[in-house]
Amino acid sequence: MIKRPSGLQRQILHLYRQFIRLAYQKPQENRAHFEKHFRYEFQRYKDLPRKDFSTIEHLLRVGRRRLELFSSPEVKDIH
Amino acid sequence: MFTSGLKRSVVGITGIISRRGLASEAATEVPKLKTFKIYRWNPDHPAEKPKLQEYQVDLNKCGPMVLDALLKIKNEQDATLTFRRSCREGICGSCAMNIGGRNTLACLCRIDTDESKQTKIYPLPHMYIVKDLVPDLTHFYQQYKSIQPYLQRSKVPEDGKENLQSIEDREKLNGLYECILCACCSTACPSYWWNQEEYLGPAVLMQAYRWLIDSRDEASAARKQMLQNSMSLYRCHTIMNCTRTCPKGLNPGYAIAEIKKALIPA
Repeated sequence: MIKRPSGLQRQILHLYRQFIRLAYQKPQENRAHFEKHFRYEFQRYKDLPRKDFSTIEHLLRVGRRRLELFSSPEVKDIH
Repeated sequence: MFTSGLKRSVVGITGIISRRGLASEAATEVPKLKTFKIYRWNPDHPAEKPKLQEYQVDLNKCGPMVLDALLKIKNEQDATLTFRRSCREGICGSCAMNIGGRNTLACLCRIDTDESKQTKIYPLPHMYIVKDLVPDLTHFYQQYKSIQPYLQRSKVPEDGKENLQSIEDREKLNGLYECILCACCSTACPSYWWNQEEYLGPAVLMQAYRWLIDSRDEASAARKQMLQNSMSLYRCHTIMNCTRTCPKGLNPGYAIAEIKKALIPA
């Protein structure tokens, strides 16, 4: 049986989902760039210890700020 | 004959100069080394825990204020040290930080000249940190925006120039308009620490009061209505840390008490 994700894990998954959905609102030709960038940003911290709450919470806050930044329609492409 | 005389006079002048000592060039002073412990945290390595880093500064070669020491450290010892600064005279509010346990502006805070004691410098307490001594004030500024800090009137003055105000009405704004929004008071308030999301905090409430009592403003009723809930204003329990810590010597605690009085239904 798969263990039920903790509150923090659920928040991260939710954020990731929001990012991916955001990528689908961007111009079609640049969608892959966005997805690649978002996946990379999440995978960078894959090896973070799961008990390192303060760091994870910080990264969540940073992520939410970036989500807000990227969701403006002026952002059309990313490298 | 003539040339030798000239030579002698030149030697005479240099002789005088070599004997004269300049006042500023005091004979080899002992360096007054003061230790500063500064909070360091780098967002590029978020998994590393914040730490205190020690720096030694010779007070004989440094200005009198803490900001001078910080700039000296940044210039000469560690260019990665990060902090906000701008005016260096207490009018911009950029360099607000926690120095020796007290929230104040680094540019208005004298260095404690007792070298046996270390001075600890932290960012403003209970704020999210951007880097080292730089706190994230986004939420604080959003709260300030939420009280609509601008003049609201239904019509423009007839001569199309200024909204006039009597001298007495203008005097009511003294002690309120000087606030530079450095956030020292808000971040010193325990109520603000625990209820940052909803409680507006002393700095913003003082500005709310400033616009509430402005004789030219016509939106007082709406402004009062906005504060009439359990969180925005009434989380102030007159702890008065705000007044104690204000680097400009203002009294946010008094302003909040005045708003509370103004909100009593007549």
